[in-house]
Amino acid sequence: MTVHFNKEGFDKALAGGQLIMVDFWADWCGPCKMLSPVIEGLGDEYEGKAIVGKINVDDEQELAIRYGVMSIPTVIFFKDGQEVARKVGVMPAGEFTAVLDNYLG
Amino acid sequence: MEQRIIVLGTGPAGLAAAIAARSRNKEVLVIGAAGQDSPLARAERVDNYPGLPGLTGMELLHVMEEHARSMGAQIVTARVNAAMGWGGMVSLTAGSDVYQGGALILAPGVVRAAKFPGEERLLGRGVSYCATCDGMLYRNRRVMVVGRTADAPQEAAFLRSIGCQVSYVSAQRPEQLADGINYIPASRLEVLGEQTVSGLLINGVEHPCDGVFILRRAVAPADLLPGLKVTDGCVDVDRGMATNIEGVFAAGDCTGTPYQVAKAVGEGLVAGEHAAEYLDTKVK
Repeated sequence: MTVHFNKEGFDKALAGGQLIMVDFWADWCGPCKMLSPVIEGLGDEYEGKAIVGKINVDDEQELAIRYGVMSIPTVIFFKDGQEVARKVGVMPAGEFTAVLDNYLG
Repeated sequence: MEQRIIVLGTGPAGLAAAIAARSRNKEVLVIGAAGQDSPLARAERVDNYPGLPGLTGMELLHVMEEHARSMGAQIVTARVNAAMGWGGMVSLTAGSDVYQGGALILAPGVVRAAKFPGEERLLGRGVSYCATCDGMLYRNRRVMVVGRTADAPQEAAFLRSIGCQVSYVSAQRPEQLADGINYIPASRLEVLGEQTVSGLLINGVEHPCDGVFILRRAVAPADLLPGLKVTDGCVDVDRGMATNIEGVFAAGDCTGTPYQVAKAVGEGLVAGEHAAEYLDTKVK
């Protein structure tokens, strides 16, 4: 499952300390649409192991600014409430699973 | 969609691939830059293409394009900025549009311009290749548009319309540059910044900015498709013009020299036929 975060929801998830992968996107962005099925697929694959979510930079500008998102899609990984990795641009699923698997140990 | 072939590039290789794939009755979508941006379009006379001597490069491109259209190929003018393979399909995006097919033929020509110092390091950290995608993240901020294509002034106008403070950087001032966009003539550029872009060094003078949009004719294949095998800037292909990525073929200048129309057309034909064959075997 993929969670659509707003600021409150995201901060709550962050405070939980779990491994989070979040995709910053917008509907005007073609590459984001292209990456979307990959993110959703990972949401299913990592169900129960990591939180996979999406943040719409149009609706949640504050979060986009907080994390200095300057190009979309940007995927950021968090563990214990801290950013641990970041991938900018369209990439194959393996790039994301490598980070997730690394932090899942 | 599963049976559609997407051809990236509107030059001789791409058009020959489209004609070959249409001959095999495949649906074909050709996506590429406007014809006038092609290096062939600037050739005053092409005398070594068998059967059609003495045409200008533009005339040659035109007859090939008409041929591909008459065969039923769909041709779209757009700058593709990302591509990926996923679940047996290939997807490409240009601006906010997404195109999907079952096979992809790369024929974008050679992206001759070398990257600027600092460009690669700050990509996604203030350097962007897509005004439509990232423009909104720079509202009310200073951005530089480095224009290397005929349609770059339109993208600069788009950035201005959404509230960016835009300067346009190119060797010559484009005629269609909208009012309110500052023009800076330049030949030497360097992107500056530590973690994120802080400015653009233009002919030795630093111009502070938050974003640099670099708009070239085409994105190099290796940057477009992560994982694509490339040697010395040329896409690796086998005799059937297949690349190392399943369902992705390449033809024309992007596979290496000689940069000649006849070579591009020959490779395009082979790539088109093999892409069609690939789709046929995939169905079974």
